[in-house]
Amino acid sequence: MDFAFPLMANSGAAAASSSAKITAHTPAMTTPGANTLRMKVTKLNFYYGKNHALHNVSMDVATNRVTAMIGPSGCGKSTLLRTLNRMHETLRHTRLEGEITLDGVNILTLDVTKLRRMVGMVFQKPNPFPKSIYENVAYGLRINGHKGRLDDAVEKSLRRAALWDEVKDKLQKSAYALSGGQQQRLCIARALAVDPEVLLLDEPCSALDPVNTAKIEELLFELKPSCTLVIVTHNMQQAARVSDSTAFMLNGDLIEFSPTGTMFTTPSDPRTEAYITGRFG
Amino acid sequence: MSVRLMWRKSLNAFMLSLTGLCALLTVSALFFILGYLVWNGGKDLSWSFFTHLPAPVGEPGGGMANAILGTLKLLLLAALIGVPIGLLGGVYLAEFGGRTVPFLVRYTADLLNGVPSIVIGIFAYALVVMPMHHFSTLAGGFALGIMVIPTVLRNTESFLRDVPRALREGAFALGANKWKMIATVVLPAASRGILTGVLLALARVAGETAPLLFTAFGNRYWSPGWNQPTSSLPVVIYTYATGPYEDWHQQAWAAGLVLLGLVLLTNIMVRAFLTRGSAYERT
Repeated sequence: MDFAFPLMANSGAAAASSSAKITAHTPAMTTPGANTLRMKVTKLNFYYGKNHALHNVSMDVATNRVTAMIGPSGCGKSTLLRTLNRMHETLRHTRLEGEITLDGVNILTLDVTKLRRMVGMVFQKPNPFPKSIYENVAYGLRINGHKGRLDDAVEKSLRRAALWDEVKDKLQKSAYALSGGQQQRLCIARALAVDPEVLLLDEPCSALDPVNTAKIEELLFELKPSCTLVIVTHNMQQAARVSDSTAFMLNGDLIEFSPTGTMFTTPSDPRTEAYITGRFG
Repeated sequence: MSVRLMWRKSLNAFMLSLTGLCALLTVSALFFILGYLVWNGGKDLSWSFFTHLPAPVGEPGGGMANAILGTLKLLLLAALIGVPIGLLGGVYLAEFGGRTVPFLVRYTADLLNGVPSIVIGIFAYALVVMPMHHFSTLAGGFALGIMVIPTVLRNTESFLRDVPRALREGAFALGANKWKMIATVVLPAASRGILTGVLLALARVAGETAPLLFTAFGNRYWSPGWNQPTSSLPVVIYTYATGPYEDWHQQAWAAGLVLLGLVLLTNIMVRAFLTRGSAYERT
């Protein structure tokens, strides 16, 4: 278990769960020049039928940074995340107003399959396909027209997801033979195989135990130089540990969006303070 | 013990034995039929039963090779006609369409499922036999194929609906379009259940007699190709069992045993498939 708690080793207090120690972690704030925007959400309103789920939300997603979204259940954070790769279109009776851009291009003007290859997604519950480990990772490349063997691409993606050593001898086994944490990393590998610019993670650790959660969080740090990450989480400590910026949402409103260090030390809105100090939610 | 408690306990015991008795009756009905068939038909069952044509009345021996092959050919045709239509229709119902059209299709399929098989026979007679001016394997297979459609359709639909939304979203999130998502993720995930439904539908029509009486008709000899009347196990059973000769009756029992064996074999195969577990993890 040499990598049981890698965060402890790598970033000191980052893995600690007390809020006092979280304040020590202020990533990215001191690195100017890294502030290019990968995605930009402008005045987004979103409706499920008549239900107005997102109210005039605007936020930026910085390139090669981790952006976290926190807030109580039903606040719209997952809804916001799912608009970023237009997953909301798989549901009926949804309506979106406002603008979302990826590298300056309105995502509504892009071909949706192309957009989703550029903006990948990992879900709350691991959802590997009922196929072999190899075929799960190769899936995204296959449906985009790759024929034959994709050994190198599969290995590269599994290595990026820190899963290669555990599965290299059983690539043809069913993905369901893996543990929950391994399945989730497999889903990350599957998403990475098509080399997305942005990876959306919808509460990726909520079904995992602390050890596997730590592994995924470590993985996020490793992915950061090559990929822009947006993570929805229920777990405020997790947001504090892994993210550079945090958005706090409540009842469909974006209450506060600031660098993570600021958010967890000096929140500007009393509602944010109430939430992160555990007074509700 | 109070009177009330005694009353409740005795009622419980009564209901328990009643349900147990009914369960026993159900199972014993099957075993009784099976036992009776083996008892009566088993002694006439020999290798030549599967390889020889029927012998003339009064001559010993002879078999039903032509009826067995005829039934298999009819089932093959039924599968070729009914399975693609039912399968694709099921995909449409589960994955596409709004509200009214799927409702109508579903309702019609359920009605079709309830149409008496002899009516389906008349339909096939009017549509295939009359224009061709003769009975044929083709007409029989057509009638059975129609009977296969609603079962396969509804079964396919329900198994596709059971595939978790998470799997579909996983495919969408990787840039799959809808038909790719269906073809590469949903259909493979549901394939075991769909195949089960197909086999059960075929097992069910394997025993149909009425729609074959005036479509496939019957034949004392081999039926080459698809364009001539053919013998089939259910029709032979019907003819022999209602015929006046004792050895015909014996042969009918044997044919019944073969037919039941065919259906049982299919069922056991299906079970074997299913017990290997679900293709995807259920929540």
